[in-house]
Amino acid sequence: MTVQLLVNGELRAVDAPAGALLLDVLRDDLSLKGTRFGCGAGACGACHVLIDGRSVSSCDTPLWAAQGHEITTVEGLDARLRQAFFDEQAAQCGYCSSGMLVAAAALLQRTPRPSADQVRQALDDHLCRCGSHNRIVRAVLRAARP
Amino acid sequence: MNAPRPHVPPLVERLPDGRVQVRTGKVEIGQGIHHVLAQIVADGLSLPMSQIEVLPVDTDHSPDQGVTSGSRSVQDAGPGLREACTALQAPGALSRWVGRSVPRPHLAAVFAGQPVFIPDLVLPGMRHGRVLHPPLGAQRAGTPLAAPGVIHDGRLSGVLADSSAEADAALRRLDASLCWDTPALPPEEADDLQALPAQTRTVCDQAAAPGTPPVARRVRGRYTKPWIAHASIAPSCALAQWLPDGRLHVWTHSQGIFNLRHDLSKAFGLAETAVRVTHVPGAGCYGHNGADDVAFDAAWLARHAEGRPVRVQWTRADELSHAPFGPAMVVEIDAGLDADGRIVEWRHDTWSPGHSRRPGRAPTPALLGAWQIEAAAPELPSIDMPLSSGGGAERNAIPTYAIPAQHVRCHRMATRRRSSALRALGALANVFAAESLIDEVAHATGADPLVLRKSLLQKDLRALAVLDAVAERAGWHGRARAEGRGQGLGFARYKGNGAWCAVLADVTAGERLRVNRLTIAVDVGQAINPDGVVQQIEGGAIQATSWALVEAARPAHAGWDEYPILRSSDVPQVDVIVIPSDQPWLGAGEASLGPTAAAIANALFDALGVRVRDLPLTPERIIAAMGDASSP
Repeated sequence: MTVQLLVNGELRAVDAPAGALLLDVLRDDLSLKGTRFGCGAGACGACHVLIDGRSVSSCDTPLWAAQGHEITTVEGLDARLRQAFFDEQAAQCGYCSSGMLVAAAALLQRTPRPSADQVRQALDDHLCRCGSHNRIVRAVLRAARP
Repeated sequence: MNAPRPHVPPLVERLPDGRVQVRTGKVEIGQGIHHVLAQIVADGLSLPMSQIEVLPVDTDHSPDQGVTSGSRSVQDAGPGLREACTALQAPGALSRWVGRSVPRPHLAAVFAGQPVFIPDLVLPGMRHGRVLHPPLGAQRAGTPLAAPGVIHDGRLSGVLADSSAEADAALRRLDASLCWDTPALPPEEADDLQALPAQTRTVCDQAAAPGTPPVARRVRGRYTKPWIAHASIAPSCALAQWLPDGRLHVWTHSQGIFNLRHDLSKAFGLAETAVRVTHVPGAGCYGHNGADDVAFDAAWLARHAEGRPVRVQWTRADELSHAPFGPAMVVEIDAGLDADGRIVEWRHDTWSPGHSRRPGRAPTPALLGAWQIEAAAPELPSIDMPLSSGGGAERNAIPTYAIPAQHVRCHRMATRRRSSALRALGALANVFAAESLIDEVAHATGADPLVLRKSLLQKDLRALAVLDAVAERAGWHGRARAEGRGQGLGFARYKGNGAWCAVLADVTAGERLRVNRLTIAVDVGQAINPDGVVQQIEGGAIQATSWALVEAARPAHAGWDEYPILRSSDVPQVDVIVIPSDQPWLGAGEASLGPTAAAIANALFDALGVRVRDLPLTPERIIAAMGDASSP
């Protein structure tokens, strides 16, 4: 089945069953590898994407649920947020970074000047094993500065 | 006729266009080692960082520098590169790169979502595999069903498919079709270890010098830590391809590609030269995880792929069940004090399964799948590397402190559960125990914990410097006292010959324990990239906070719900002081873990007056300790 998917501002034709998982479609059909696989159960946050501006896990979102909505992956996020992460060197391995960046983008969209506690809460669904949490919080606060 | 001498590529090679290529056997596991090595070369050759390229690590062209582990990479690989640069260097302007916090350029690609990790690698004609390892100790019940794309071999099963999604679906069908006889496992939690038959070895047996005052009283403690999972954010992944000439090519995020090559050659009956292993970065690695096992799985499944490459992706449940775990441990310490309250004798006994089952160290493979196929290799026991190689269970069991009599023993037992190297190895439990007991001695003798430590470290100026640095930064001496709020110290010199690290934890203890802030000072000699050192120390401290507060592994877990780790809202502030130094380089990756766990436990005591000697420091244990403290 061919469906049209709006990803990072572009309409992309995808030939996949309606029940296909968005994560697989993004990574394997559209070669957008920035969305990472971490658990397959929506429990670690590595695979988050924006759907109509909301940060959601793509590993348990079927294609049909994403169809007709605006999808933004880490590849489509704005450079300012990315630069803030770089300036804070906010990663060790960086495997959780895509999900963190997506969650941060969603937060800044609805709360442009968040407090540190608000940033932490927004990142709580995103696991990091290297211990880069504090740097990531600083990066998000940096990106939020006027 | 002599065989032609194999070509050994140089570690540092200048290309005609002026760029420089660097070869190293140390692999990138999230710690930024390639960036630091590039800084050493840029510094040694007085070149811009952009001129330096550290080549991917590959058995075909990289030097065998062993396993990337034990906080040894800078020490192992750095000096050789510096020498190679000295040999190449023409006199010229000096540009100093060593000692500067040069940002890691690679992170720009990471933050842009580029395909930089092994699961992102796509090879032409690639198939997708999944494997099903049996539950621990399980035997097949009945004959497994045959189906297209399904492979059974002994107790190991796998599926091959043309897409990742199809492979996942095939794995679910396979899982539902298999039946297992799963025996009850023997109890192997920390509290069970001392009842198991054990081999005892003496780590240190130092009698007191003549004239040392006799022991007048004793302070004793028994401390435990549980099994801990690596819990990397990405499940392990590997690719493999059998080439037409019979050679095997494997892509892996293993910490030791030469060791893996050794074991793959044994497992598949090949000469080592017929196996090529290429390293591709994975998610953060903190020890011997499933990377080597999944490499075997990929090579095993690829034999059924008619020469096409196969990518095998472990599931989250695989990663939290079949990968090795850091083992549970028990430590008993008995400190003898003289009539003036000085520690004159230290008896430290550690009970632990071995901390190493890594590949490459035995005549038969140490790869999970190789133990499960029909032609099974014998399952290898866990060992401890000799203390000269960093040790395992006994790591940091010999006190850093100057104590006249020291008797240290290690009791190793075999377990059904699979133990191997996890960040800091035995140092976590040994430092947690020793630093807790030092605090218990301080309490018993009315001494200030900082003053007591310093009195035992008089000749170790670098130790005193890290302790003074945290005490000053966190205001140890003038600290306000309030019930439920506490500060605690932890200190160790990693492995007894590595980095010095002191941690001061500030906690709030109410219904649960919250770590507010960790103030840390570390002396790693000259810091090549100070911000990189801060990252390693901070990351280790946050991981140890998670271990100390919430983590305890069962034999298997279906997912993160069953194995929670610390989340952002519970992560403490971390303030790292890197002591300026021009002394030789020391690794930073593991120095902060033991001291952090100890500092948190000591801060809990400071806050509530109760001593919890078992990790993790759960609310239940804290409440139980309060009950013990208030009962007559």
